[in-house]
Amino acid sequence: MTDRESRWAGLMRAALAGDTGSYHRLLQEIAPALRALASRGLARHKPGGEDVEDVVQETLLALHLKRHTWDERQPFSPWLYAIARNKLIDNLRRRGRQAHVPIEEIGELPSEADSPRELNGIDAAHLIGRLKGRERKIVVAISIEGASAREVAERLNMTEGAVRVALHRALRALAEAFRTELP
Amino acid sequence: MKTDALINAIAADGATRSPSLPLRMTLALAIGGLAAAALYAIDLGIRPDIGEALQTWRFLSKLGMVLVGCGTALWATARLTRPFAKPRKVLRALALPAILLVVAVGLELAVSPVNAWGARAIGTNAVLCLTSIPVLALAPLAALLVALRAGAPASPAISGATAGLLAGALAATLYALHCFDDSPLFVALWYIPAIAAVALAGAVVGGRVLRW
Repeated sequence: MTDRESRWAGLMRAALAGDTGSYHRLLQEIAPALRALASRGLARHKPGGEDVEDVVQETLLALHLKRHTWDERQPFSPWLYAIARNKLIDNLRRRGRQAHVPIEEIGELPSEADSPRELNGIDAAHLIGRLKGRERKIVVAISIEGASAREVAERLNMTEGAVRVALHRALRALAEAFRTELP
Repeated sequence: MKTDALINAIAADGATRSPSLPLRMTLALAIGGLAAAALYAIDLGIRPDIGEALQTWRFLSKLGMVLVGCGTALWATARLTRPFAKPRKVLRALALPAILLVVAVGLELAVSPVNAWGARAIGTNAVLCLTSIPVLALAPLAALLVALRAGAPASPAISGATAGLLAGALAATLYALHCFDDSPLFVALWYIPAIAAVALAGAVVGGRVLRW
């Protein structure tokens, strides 16, 4: 567990310093743990795979948009875990379910070994569909096709900066929509 | 949408600069503080006998308490921008200004004749105190709540409440420099409810706008 903690903390520090490769690796590594966590947290309510994946995606978005709230001198896992717990509670409340998630119930972040397979999150797809034309093209190109901001900029005849701004705005809109628009 | 795709998008956005909470809070305090100070200068202003006042223990204790209140509330507000700061532990820090007040009140009761307690407690202008502090606190509170939207508080309401305490304590500091009622009894009876009202407003509004 401590190996994983120091690896994740190191990746996160690099990510905060601007290393997007490390950031990508970190997100890929923590996703299965978040999935197992969400699965366990929602278990009482018999969730579908998409329900679980929605929580995972919302947590990753929150981690990203609030990454500056991690104190680099402190361990990474408790912070990640607090974000995950918050999003789990939000999700439960939104579905009108009782949102009592005691800290003890979730416990440590589980290892990848017992994580269910990844599925589509339906909410994010739905929300992407609400983005306007060029913003949607940018998000789709970067997320689904894995294109870089520069490639997208060339393709759409925009500056790279403008693409980055549009992407950031889209991610914020996505997070906001999770919070406010979903049933 | 597959999580892999979302991760691509997030990682691509990784180089975007994240907000700086210390900077935002500093700006909020500066802007909100300036607005409050401007309003204060127009409406109230520092008491003309400030020189003499600074030589009395009551005035110094009053000023000291509100300043400690500011410091404590600032620390608590900053801590509570993180998602797992346990609100209850952080709120225990508020015991410090409370203890100072209790000591000051005890001192006043000890040195004043009993028949003076009532007059000292009621003071000369309680209504002005009760109204000025919340009004002066409005701009700082609004500015702070805007700044704190970049945070990830475990409890948006409690985070808003500490912001309200900070704004209230700042307003109380300004007001303390104006008002002639220096007795700790007056502070306990009127300043505390006024600041508490601002904290309550912060909790209610913060509970909504600080969600993430």
